Amino acid sequence: MPADTVSVSGWGRTAPTNARLIRPRTYQEAATAVRGCGARGGIPRGLGRAYGDAAQNAGGMVLDMTGLDRVHAIDADNGIVLCDAGVSLHRLMEVLLPLGWFVPVTPGTRYVTVGGAIGADIHGKNHHVSGSFSRHVLSMELLTADGEVRAVGRDTPLFDATTGGMGLTGVILTATIQLQPVTTSLMSVDTERARDLDDLLARLTTGDDHYRYSVAWIDLLARGPAMGRAVLTRGDHAPLEALREGTRARREPLAFRTARLPAPPAVLPEGLLSRRTVGWFNELWYRRAPHARTGELQSLARFFHPLDGVPHWNRIYGRGGFVQYQFVVGHGREETLRDIVRRVCEHRCPSFLAVLKRFGDADPGWLSFPVPGWTLALDIPAGLPGLGALLDTLDEDVAAAGGRVYLAKDSRLRPDVLATMYPRLDEFRALRAEIDPRGVFVSDLARRLGL
Amino acid sequence: MKDAFGIPQSLLVLGGTSEIALATARRLIARSTRTVWLAGRPSPALDQSAADLRALGAEVRTVTFDALDPESHETVLGKVFAEGDIDMVLLAFGILGDQARDEREPLNAVRVAQTNYTGAVSAALVSAGALQSQGHGSLVVLSSVAGERARRANFIYGSSKAGLDTFTQGLGDALHGTGVHVMVVRPGFVRSKMTADLEESPLATTPEAVATAIELGLRRRSETVWVPGTLRVVMSALRHAPRGLFRRLPI
Repeated sequence: MPADTVSVSGWGRTAPTNARLIRPRTYQEAATAVRGCGARGGIPRGLGRAYGDAAQNAGGMVLDMTGLDRVHAIDADNGIVLCDAGVSLHRLMEVLLPLGWFVPVTPGTRYVTVGGAIGADIHGKNHHVSGSFSRHVLSMELLTADGEVRAVGRDTPLFDATTGGMGLTGVILTATIQLQPVTTSLMSVDTERARDLDDLLARLTTGDDHYRYSVAWIDLLARGPAMGRAVLTRGDHAPLEALREGTRARREPLAFRTARLPAPPAVLPEGLLSRRTVGWFNELWYRRAPHARTGELQSLARFFHPLDGVPHWNRIYGRGGFVQYQFVVGHGREETLRDIVRRVCEHRCPSFLAVLKRFGDADPGWLSFPVPGWTLALDIPAGLPGLGALLDTLDEDVAAAGGRVYLAKDSRLRPDVLATMYPRLDEFRALRAEIDPRGVFVSDLARRLGL
Repeated sequence: MKDAFGIPQSLLVLGGTSEIALATARRLIARSTRTVWLAGRPSPALDQSAADLRALGAEVRTVTFDALDPESHETVLGKVFAEGDIDMVLLAFGILGDQARDEREPLNAVRVAQTNYTGAVSAALVSAGALQSQGHGSLVVLSSVAGERARRANFIYGSSKAGLDTFTQGLGDALHGTGVHVMVVRPGFVRSKMTADLEESPLATTPEAVATAIELGLRRRSETVWVPGTLRVVMSALRHAPRGLFRRLPI
């Protein structure tokens, strides 16, 4: 089994630490690694798309699970797949789309593994309809700290601790997932502009129920009366009838087409994304969006994963990296949301990726992020002066409003506010103490927040 | 662990009564530092420093540490690291000495050298080893512009800092790729109790300014930090000035 000490960081490229990287090729190798991981423990890692320090483990072991990526069985009649946890959603789409099935939930990138999707209990643009990823997981196999493999079914404490548990209950080896039927690989998309935040909230509140997928991009550098102006894109999988006769799309309605641009160079100056450049980008992005357009056909990749077209896009933030801040506050807490948007605007955060959506019902994962309400996610260069202090005060407001921040994206939360945000944290800790008394599974995130 | 901005949650200060170190600790506590170890010789000043930081909300512990007793460093620092990860070690002890007296009494000069250089070499190596087995952490070493070029007025102190500075640079190279970040901080004249009796030099700075520069350096994972930053340029020029001219400069 090849093992090497390497520097490991999250997608935001802040706070890297060193760990022994082990890439098991069999379940047996994974079990051997877990049994012999040493005093500083280990943590499973997928494709490294968690923004912060969730899949790094200073001085210990990191288990790269991407070598275990087999799709074991597909029930094409009922839309159920059994696969290894190291399989990416990209691979699943390649395999499943020709059969008329789609992953039940996808985040803004296809390059996440099934194991990561469960560990972070990811959500997508369809959360208000479909909930988070774990809702569609029928069962899984978990390699626990004792080196044994356990079958974990729904409605068990171990299932609820593992979905959203950030890899700290064990290594997910396989999962059985219920899929979503589709007849084409295209999306039918409606686009509209919202002139300010109130307009946006109103449109989302009244319109979301008509769409399976919904998301709003906000221009957080727009000020004054335009504060919170946004482009709203919503849609559903296009039915076969929507595709014109005689076109290539109609002939191969389930083809999975993606495009990739070249990656940015490895070294870029910090400060490329300044208030000015991002301001220009946002202005352009807002103006090029139509006031209202319905039924536009878009590829899956364009609708769900526009940034996947640029490999290593995280490099554009330069050596200093960036932080992503994502929080949720409940319905009826629009005042808190407005206040936070106002303060982010006043701080002039150069964020070209600011996304607002409505969450539907929560799933039972103890540390699962989504709760019914509003969630806002924004990318900000880590070097922005005063950013740490600003986000700390936002945390307090979010916690006071009964909301929380997303652990898969966190790289800077203070541990004292965590328990308020995640009321089932103590149960999670108790279960970990029980099944992993030696503390085999540990990550930098777990150390930082005392999970 | 450090957060995305390089702010450590736990800090070990070697030289727990240093004004620069305390200013740095205050600044970091205002962000997200929660645990602070102050290492130094037991004294009312050390206890007072701990009490001051505690009042800011940090959990502060003191530990007996003597730079002049390198044999004890492994044991003393080993105990601190055994209590939990240390995200940042700030090596801040050092004495200025009295140049005129030290020239007359070589044993005093030796004491300056032993404290500032020998003691620091030992403490830094012990800390670096512990940080390396953690796989993360910053070792921040307070050097001085005095180490850049020997000056008539303080070359005993300056030579000890020159040695420390060179040592730290090499240590940083040795630890490159291990996850441990080593940062040399070169302040100019700092207004503090150490320099209270001295005439102020140009570009004088304050402990708070040094603390600010350290915080920025942590975020950027800098290897060298000058305080104030303009000293980088000034010293670059002075380093190349001919000796005959340099001797006559009013610095």
